Amino acid sequence: MRLNQMSLLVKNDFIARLFKHRVKYRISWFHSKAIIYLGLFSTLFFVFADAMPAFAETASNLDMRPGVTETSNEVYHLHRMMFWWCVGIGAVVFGAILYSVVAHRKRPDRTAADFHENTFVEIIWTVIPFLILIVMAIPATKTLISMHDTSESELTIKITGYQWKWHYEYLEYQDKSPLKIAFFSNLATPEDQINNPVRTAGLFPSNSNGFEGDRTLKEKNNNYLLEVDAPVIIPTGKKVRFLLTSNDVIHSWWVPDFGFKKDAIPGFINEVWTNVPVGKEGTYRGQCAELCGARHGFMPIEVKAVTEEEFSQWLADSSEAQTKEAEQAAGDADKVFTMEELMALGETEYQAKCAACHQANGQGLPPTFPSLVGSKIATGPVADHINIVNHGKGVMPAFKDQLPAKVRAAIITYERNAWGNNVGDMVQPKDVTALENK
Amino acid sequence: MSTTTNYYVPDQSPWPFATAACLFVTAWGAASTIQQHSGVVSNDGTLGTYILIAGLVGILSCMFLWFRDTVRESIGGLNSHQMDISYRMGMAWFIFSEVMFFCAFFFALFYTRWFAVPWLGGEGAKGIAQEILWPNFQAMWPLVSMPDGRTVQAMQPWGLPAINTALLLTSGIFLTIAHHAIKTMNRPKILLNLGITILLGSIFMCVQAYEYYHAYHEMGLTLNAGIYGSTFFMLTGFHGLHVTIGTIILMVLWLRVAKGHFTADNHFAFEAGAWYWHFVDVVWIFLFIVVYWL
Amino acid sequence: MSDHAIDHHHHHAATGIKRWLLTTNHKEIGSMYLWFSFTMFLVGGFMAMMIRAELMFPGLQLIDPNFFNQMTTTHGLIMVFGAVMPAFVGLANWMIPLMIGAPDMALPRLNNWSFWILPFAFSILIISIIGSFLGLGDAPNFGWTFYAPLSTTYGPPSTDFFIFSVHLMGISSIMGAVNVIVTILNLRAPGMTMMKMPLFCWTWLITAFLLIAVMPVLAGVVTMMLTDRHFGTSFFDAAGGGDPVLFQHIFWFFGHPEVYIMILPAFGIVSSIIPTFARKPLFGYASMVYATASIAFLSFVVWSHHMFTVGLPLVGNLFFMYMTMLIAVPTGVKVFNWVATMWRGSITFEVPMLFSIAFVILFTIGGLSGLMLAITPADQQYHDTYFVVAHFHYVLVTGAIFSIMAGAYYWLPKWTGHMFHEGLAKAHFWCSLISVNLLFFPMHFVGLAGMPRRIPDYSLQFADFNFWISIGGFAFGLSQLIFLVVVIKCIRGGQKATAEVWEGAQGLEWTVPSPAPLHTFSTPPVIR
Ligand code: HEA
Ligand code: HEA
Ligand code: CUA
Ligand SMILES: [Cu+2]
Repeated sequence: MRLNQMSLLVKNDFIARLFKHRVKYRISWFHSKAIIYLGLFSTLFFVFADAMPAFAETASNLDMRPGVTETSNEVYHLHRMMFWWCVGIGAVVFGAILYSVVAHRKRPDRTAADFHENTFVEIIWTVIPFLILIVMAIPATKTLISMHDTSESELTIKITGYQWKWHYEYLEYQDKSPLKIAFFSNLATPEDQINNPVRTAGLFPSNSNGFEGDRTLKEKNNNYLLEVDAPVIIPTGKKVRFLLTSNDVIHSWWVPDFGFKKDAIPGFINEVWTNVPVGKEGTYRGQCAELCGARHGFMPIEVKAVTEEEFSQWLADSSEAQTKEAEQAAGDADKVFTMEELMALGETEYQAKCAACHQANGQGLPPTFPSLVGSKIATGPVADHINIVNHGKGVMPAFKDQLPAKVRAAIITYERNAWGNNVGDMVQPKDVTALENK
Repeated sequence: MSTTTNYYVPDQSPWPFATAACLFVTAWGAASTIQQHSGVVSNDGTLGTYILIAGLVGILSCMFLWFRDTVRESIGGLNSHQMDISYRMGMAWFIFSEVMFFCAFFFALFYTRWFAVPWLGGEGAKGIAQEILWPNFQAMWPLVSMPDGRTVQAMQPWGLPAINTALLLTSGIFLTIAHHAIKTMNRPKILLNLGITILLGSIFMCVQAYEYYHAYHEMGLTLNAGIYGSTFFMLTGFHGLHVTIGTIILMVLWLRVAKGHFTADNHFAFEAGAWYWHFVDVVWIFLFIVVYWL
Repeated sequence: MSDHAIDHHHHHAATGIKRWLLTTNHKEIGSMYLWFSFTMFLVGGFMAMMIRAELMFPGLQLIDPNFFNQMTTTHGLIMVFGAVMPAFVGLANWMIPLMIGAPDMALPRLNNWSFWILPFAFSILIISIIGSFLGLGDAPNFGWTFYAPLSTTYGPPSTDFFIFSVHLMGISSIMGAVNVIVTILNLRAPGMTMMKMPLFCWTWLITAFLLIAVMPVLAGVVTMMLTDRHFGTSFFDAAGGGDPVLFQHIFWFFGHPEVYIMILPAFGIVSSIIPTFARKPLFGYASMVYATASIAFLSFVVWSHHMFTVGLPLVGNLFFMYMTMLIAVPTGVKVFNWVATMWRGSITFEVPMLFSIAFVILFTIGGLSGLMLAITPADQQYHDTYFVVAHFHYVLVTGAIFSIMAGAYYWLPKWTGHMFHEGLAKAHFWCSLISVNLLFFPMHFVGLAGMPRRIPDYSLQFADFNFWISIGGFAFGLSQLIFLVVVIKCIRGGQKATAEVWEGAQGLEWTVPSPAPLHTFSTPPVIR
């Protein structure tokens, strides 16, 4: 007990001095002043710990980021308002506790009071919190209403969540619609950066497996896990409407700098909007924010906000590109490729699309991600192999609509002939298309 | 509040633990049975069902032995008035928990009917789902044609269901007569009315069974029939399960009346059974209105 | 012959292991609950340690993502259903009959049943985890909230076993709750009016009501999962007119009251401890009762605050925001009452009091962050980040768990008849206090900075904080082993405890000798 009072005294020797001499046990003006005093004091840690970010204007790694849009700023200020209210309330409550812990300890020279109710104060501390809540609710309501208003947007993008990547489809821009632009956006961080953690920066530079050699490949950069192969492009100064849905489980599309996250729910559509102001062109990153299975932590979001001109330019180019691609794919559909071509394409595509789960060396991560080395599928009848790639199974996604026939053919060929699987057979695009609708 | 000076605390009993063990066996058996029949896992397709049956048999026998003890205590005059109140309260709260179980399914019905289906059909706050995802789906209730195009027929309220309603309601009346009779311990009258109640209950079950048969074979209304089929069968099914249990309880009570277990002022078990039956009654009325009728 | 049967019951009571399997004694059952809960705390904690070890540094070092999800899921489930809830039921079993002058729980056999279901229910869960260790197939990996369709269409085979184990837990909790309610309403000693009961009984009465009201709903929703998985229903499938969000509505209709089930008894414990060591009657007893009741009532109309990002219509979001904020008022009343109870008391700082004071302060921090979460627009940023994780660990660990520790230290002498080793106990307190804040406070920061929950690997700006969090985690974990030592030492022996144990302790439980004899109040005491 003594030890403990000591420690309290040490913590508050200032308080102790304050009370050493004239401690009265009636609530006097002096005391009420002292309480407020102590309140602030006792929460120094609390305030200090949290207040730092309060002054950090830009993206901090202690506090919510103000973000770039009007909404995100409103949200940020709501957050700060709430935060300071909480600090204040904490100060009062903890101050009072600390005060009586110090001043009302058991002492030989005094005994406990025995009051045990006081309707007046009880009403006070019911009503005041209620009023505080109303003060909090008003701005919150305002912001919420504006967040829900998706009217008069100029660009509409349909975002579909897949395990574990995002699919973006541009529906209409101003008068132009339909736009023929749609693409998947995958994690771009190479697997061996994830699996062989190497850091030279930070508090604890770690070099987990005595790694030497090409750091540029394996050392984590600042966009580690936040970089994608194909970012979604939006124009600045335009109200962009996102239509969110999902192809499998629930995902959640979140870019902190835009100030919201919204769930992508299979079978339903959620509408949200953002408007990146002119002058704020740049890249904004986010992550999937709803547990969606094994690689939930690895489906980042990358939004590139560009000027209106650049955007229109990009629209034109990429819709052209996509039409070409389509023709290309159509052309490839019944073309016959050589083993070399297939293996070469297969390897690169495998590393990009499959290695995340089945690993670069095909060993997988059993039991969830089976190994392909000598496996029933990869060395058994080719039809089964094609079917599972086309239509998926359990955790394995269906790639029928995700990859052109040529790519699927190449990947399958590669899987059947890499890592000593040497089955020797070759799969052509027409083989995979043949089994597309079973 | 207590007035009696001692409250009978039963001595050690093996039945609770045994029942718990059997519950475990049942759960395990049920899970593996289900998996075998839906081929989720490729474990050898035999054991599960046997485990399940073993578990159920176990539970039933434990319950029998457990209740036998309590019956003996009650007949042995160990149950003070206060103990009687404990049992009553216990039963009442148990029934409340049953009510909440049904609430979950009614909630599912109301939510899909008033929110999900209209949204999918292009109405209300999230109606855009139709334009983008289900272009040729129309919201309707009962949901006889589904977003993915499957179709079924809806169950009509004024045929068998209406008859069933009548059956249950009248059974409730006869049970009440029996209940009054027990207060004057007019045994023949009790047995008669209780018997009629049981009879009506059984007929109800037969009608229900026929209705299901009809639904499955003529109407294509099955568990697979979208949210309408799901809510229809889960609600009526769980109700049916409770009617069955209720009927069994009443049968046991009938035997116990016949054996002269009850007296005019000590017949908690009878009242518990009666409460349970009335609860099943009320659920049905609610169910008839929202599932069949409206 | 029936009398014979009963006599047969009365004579030769089984001993040894059978004694524990067959007992109908509230003290023995209470002890079993408490040991079970502590075991589960260690198991769930072990999973937490796996989580923390993986998250110590960026990159995947120890466990693969899918196994990480299994750890997160089982950690949450085991801590909530295995550690916290049984602990409170155990305390209720031990203390409520003592507090109201009852000979035992009202339905002793049911009581035994409620307990013994639990080990079976959890063995199902734990078997699936061991199976996963052995590579036989995944344990549940969809989070303790098991949202559809991740848990239906995409759930691993073990999901079906999980579903049935949840059914069993439900039965156990409901029967336990029925027992508590009946005991409190029907077995109070003459003169023990409702408004004379210790607040612990009141909070448990209301908790039990919540349990009976929401556990069946949980049973209902897992049943829907089962039929969606195997019998072709489409509750959570839009293609058949269902809605994945329906799952969340039903789950949280259970889930939110559930979190108050985990805190109301804590309020009760703290409300009995603070007056004892402040040597001053509890301030505002009546308002405490009404506050508890209104918290319970409100807990039924706030569930969608867990679903602010699923795209509810505007009115829905507004309604649930306002209702959620309202809960701050009755909770505030409680906090203020505790402060007022200490105010101008004559306070000493025995270990139960230390934990109680820490509870009031740290729970309030958790509550205040909860209030921030209640602000719907802000929650668009907070949701599913570590800010939420910080919030609920403050209310659960420094809230529920701390109150359980406080209660355990408060009543240990009554249970064992010995005082515990105060030095060790204080060490336990201070180690826990410091490490728990190192563990959970920085989670606010990484959360606000944008670190999502349920991820095994994170981008670099979160790196250093996560290192410290993990250190705090290990430290807190090890500190709990001190507790284990204290308890065992205390059971083994130590300074004899008086009947009153604590100077200034009020209430019937302190009138019976320590250790409390197996049978107490066989003839009810009369309260003046
Ligand atoms: C013991 C458990 C417990 C308790 C008591 C609480 C209490 C509260 N919780 Fe919490 N909560 C959880 C356990 C708990 N919570 C869990 C486990 C989750 C996560 C689930 C998951 O997703 O896995 C969660 C998540 C959660 C969310 C969802 C966050 C998200 O996922 O986006 C929200 C949002 O509103 C919330 C709010 C609140 C509020 C307002 C309270 C209030 O009851 C707090 C009231 C208390 C105070 C406010 C402090 C004391 C009051 C005063 C000092 C008076 C003065 C105050 C004012 C005037 C403001 N909680
Ligand atoms: C009452 C409930 C409760 C309790 C007590 C705890 C206790 C702890 N919790 Fe957790 N937690 C939850 C309820 C709880 N938690 C819930 C509901 C979730 C959400 C799950 C989900 O997202 O679905 C969660 C999620 C959760 C996460 C987020 C996981 C994720 O999002 O991926 C983390 C991460 O750090 C965490 C950590 C901890 C730690 C370090 C403790 C520590 O307090 C544990 C300390 C205890 C021990 C360590 C055991 C005792 C000691 C030993 C066994 C000796 C061995 C010790 C060592 C080797 C050091 N918990
Ligand atoms: Cu997608 Cu998480
Ligand atoms: Cu909640």
